[in-house]
Amino acid sequence: MDVEILSRIQFAFTVAFHFLFPPMTIGLGLNLVIMSALWLKTRDPLYHNMARFWTKVFGLIFAIGVATGIVMEFEFGTNWATYSRFVGDVFGSPLAIEGIYAFFLESGFLAILLFGWNKVGPKTHFFATCMVSLGAHFSAIWILVANSWMQTPAGFHLAKMVKVTSDGVQHPYSTALEPGTFTLKEIALPEDYIVQAGDLDSIRAVVTDFWAMCLNPSTLDRLAHTVIACWITGTFVVISISAYYLLRKRHIPFAKASMKIGLTVATIALLLQLWSADSTARGVADNQPVKLAAIEGLAESTTEAPLGVAGWVTWKKDEEGNIIGINENAFKIKGLLSILVSGDFTDPVAASQTEVKGLNQLPSDEFLLKRHPDATPEELKKIRPEYWPNVPIVFQTYHIMIALWGVMIGLAILGVVLWKTGKLWDIDWTLGGKIKPVKLFLWALVFAVLAPQIANQAGWYTAEIGRQPWVVYNILKTSEALSEAVKAGQVLFSLIMFMLIYALLFAVFIYTLNSKIQHGPSDDISGKELPEKWKILSLKGGRQTTSAIKE
Amino acid sequence: MDLNTIWFILVGVLFTGYAMLDGFDLGVGSLHLFTKGDKERRTLLNAIGPVWDGNEVWLVTGGGALFAAFPEVYATVFSGFYDAFMLLLFALIFRAVAIEFRSKQPMRWWRNMWDIGFALGSVLAAILIGVAMGNIVWGIPLDHNHEYTGNFLTLLHPYSLFLGVTTLALFAMHGNIYLIMKTEGELQAKLRRWVKFTIPAFIICFLLFGISTPWVCPHIHDVALDRFVPLGITFTIALLCVFNIPREVHKGREFRAFLSSCGAMLFLMATFAISVYPNMVFSTPYIQNSLNIYNGSSTDKTLGFMLIVAIIGVPIVITYTACVYYIFRGKVELTDESY
Ligand code: HDD
Ligand code: HEM
Ligand code: HEM
Repeated sequence: MDVEILSRIQFAFTVAFHFLFPPMTIGLGLNLVIMSALWLKTRDPLYHNMARFWTKVFGLIFAIGVATGIVMEFEFGTNWATYSRFVGDVFGSPLAIEGIYAFFLESGFLAILLFGWNKVGPKTHFFATCMVSLGAHFSAIWILVANSWMQTPAGFHLAKMVKVTSDGVQHPYSTALEPGTFTLKEIALPEDYIVQAGDLDSIRAVVTDFWAMCLNPSTLDRLAHTVIACWITGTFVVISISAYYLLRKRHIPFAKASMKIGLTVATIALLLQLWSADSTARGVADNQPVKLAAIEGLAESTTEAPLGVAGWVTWKKDEEGNIIGINENAFKIKGLLSILVSGDFTDPVAASQTEVKGLNQLPSDEFLLKRHPDATPEELKKIRPEYWPNVPIVFQTYHIMIALWGVMIGLAILGVVLWKTGKLWDIDWTLGGKIKPVKLFLWALVFAVLAPQIANQAGWYTAEIGRQPWVVYNILKTSEALSEAVKAGQVLFSLIMFMLIYALLFAVFIYTLNSKIQHGPSDDISGKELPEKWKILSLKGGRQTTSAIKE
Repeated sequence: MDLNTIWFILVGVLFTGYAMLDGFDLGVGSLHLFTKGDKERRTLLNAIGPVWDGNEVWLVTGGGALFAAFPEVYATVFSGFYDAFMLLLFALIFRAVAIEFRSKQPMRWWRNMWDIGFALGSVLAAILIGVAMGNIVWGIPLDHNHEYTGNFLTLLHPYSLFLGVTTLALFAMHGNIYLIMKTEGELQAKLRRWVKFTIPAFIICFLLFGISTPWVCPHIHDVALDRFVPLGITFTIALLCVFNIPREVHKGREFRAFLSSCGAMLFLMATFAISVYPNMVFSTPYIQNSLNIYNGSSTDKTLGFMLIVAIIGVPIVITYTACVYYIFRGKVELTDESY
């Protein structure tokens, strides 16, 4: 295996592993804010116990998020040095801002959140909870700005760097000159300049408009989509553990209250996600039509384009094994994709006449001719598949994500219905037979914690594999972005080490999480266990609920 | 002063902040295995418990700032030191999770396993940081595209290894003083005995290192003559701070000793910065391929924008970090929430 494939596997593996944890902390953080706010408002120690328990779970997940996050921060330099040089002027900024505005905020206030119970009062503690949650959201914002810029670059131009000596002569960037004897100059290149392999030691992407870079065409959509996904993920952790307690008949008041918060947040977030997903997909159609055709498995440009629901796509190959197209075999709804792409739901018939481009026409001939000026139409046909991502994979990952949305919204709505009818708490309820539907349903909720995780991973694989062969869309190829100083053996070694260490981490994480869950929250609702500083407050007015302190 | 110089200083400040803060975490880690019994070890862990994560962010942010301000340097150093950085990452991962997991289970073997992970991770991280610094001063082979042309073994030579050991000694001393501040009773008495070893160990390394550098690194030799006055001043202050440490410890004023130790680091880093400025990575043997703050930097536009970002952000960070330290002042108490 060569450096390219190894580096790609390593990056994908480490970032995918990292991304198991932040969504849980971002989502749990939101739930913690809600619980602490309820505690401040009602002064019911039940909510205090909840906040305490979920904070412990939060701390555990957070630690792994941090340990695996540091890896990501340095991997751009270690494995993608050419990329880092090429885009450093643009791409480094969001990472630095993330450090200053997000990570410090999170980790600083996390200390108070985890260890501050006996040191600060409830209000300060609540403030710390809010800051940690805010910091987690900021991390998501800035890293997604960085990632979205790679997907839909904006606010920059390409420039050729030259060294200018005091006599005004321009030398190529790679000329060795004594330090201090020259200044650097950027010569802006025309907008449609195409990066050649030999350019990479002198051409750089240079910021022209910082805010246009941050708010590039896909940032807001992807931000909304990912943050909502994170809320869903964290909330399903709450739902799953609460369902488990209900099944085991332990910590019932705690589990009920947590479940209610969980189901409410989950239902709202899942509905929001549908809106955001629609907007995200339309963004992909506008900005990355190749990706859209790939994830939908659309071979030919057509009006009344169908929306695939499930099925498979395989490569169509010629005798020599070269890819020449796709075979697609899926259950489809005619015209729906055209309607969704147009975004006009008031007049579906007109909307279904929107043309959606297919892979056999994408990327366009002009795009290809610029890169391969002398190619004949026949040759263009052969070259075109080199600009396609791995269609069979992204088709599946995309549809897995959507199917899981269906599963989750079903569970959430059913959950709300059962809760409102009171059946959810009656686990032995039967329709007469041996089957206990509520019990089955709760077990489904226990395992539903996996659904958002799989959807997250599937979504990212869609987004990232779908943009191949580019690392910076339509500008820099992934294969050109590598570190020249790094050899395959080195990456192989580090990759194996990461796999071993992360496997160990994961096992330890599950083991410890399980013992935390088994240990469970405190059931004391008399207020006796409250920290000294907090007791006075819990007596001072506020809406006293039935379970609050009676003294 | 131009933007490039300001960013040189700012990146330096971030890495100095890292050394001063995470330095004591790593130091505590390297002393960890010398303590006996679960209670002592938990006390050590909880002395850094609420703050180690925030301290590590200085490194992350330093890395991010380096990327934003000096992308060529970021790319060259990180890809050139590939194996060293991977080892550093493994060390930091082990350390982080060891702190988190150690006290979550009561089993002996479990706790011992994480104790070892914590200690080894800390020692390795301290040494690697020193080795990396050593190579930056010593110089590494770069070609005209600033690509590193050596391998892992190129990085391991007596000078860099010695700086690795010096860094370990520095952090161990720093951690030791921090711990005296955070503990009481028998454990504190024990830690007081340890400084009799950790302080001299560092002083010896420090003097050897300070005296030898201008002689063994030819490019530093010239600079040392050129900038004799500023270098002399910072080095002397660093030296005074170092010698003030045993004095303060002896008088029982740990907090002042700790500040002295921070001061020593600050002025050591200043000495380091003055002797390499405006270079960031020396290239040997072709010195003209070196990366400096001009040929390795982002454009003025980015540097200017990021400066505003930093001017707004860094004071806020320092304020609430100080608040967090203030809230967790005083001796360590072990509670339910503790590690
Ligand atoms: C709980 C998680 C979750 C759920 C239920 C969904 N998604 Fe999603 N999706 C993500 C989690 C996610 C993600 C992991 O967060 C991604 C990866 C990149 C991104 O911006 O969000 C993503 C990416 C992503 C992309 C690619 C964006 C790009 O390439 O820039 C599209 C087109 C969709 N999603 C569309 C949908 C649709 C139509 C859904 C069904 C209603 C859906 N998502 C549900
Ligand atoms: C957290 C969720 C993410 C996941 C699960 C994820 C997943 C992946 C996958 C699967 C690949 C490999 C694609 C391939 O080689 O075919 C990849 C590549 C890559 N991703 Fe992501 N990614 C995530 C977020 C990010 C972010 C936030 C950034 C940048 C800030 C990023 C930058 C990259 C880079 C530089 C590569 C390597 C080049 C490439 O192969 O395209 N990724 N990622
Ligand atoms: C290539 C991409 C990524 C890089 C370079 C990166 C970097 C980091 C770093 C260095 C940390 C540790 C911070 C600390 O020490 O406190 C971290 C943690 C975190 N990251 Fe990432 N990250 C990446 C992807 C993502 C994505 C896609 C998200 C969310 C959408 C995310 C959200 C978080 C959050 C919330 C934390 C805090 C720890 C936690 O909650 O588990 N990161 N990340």
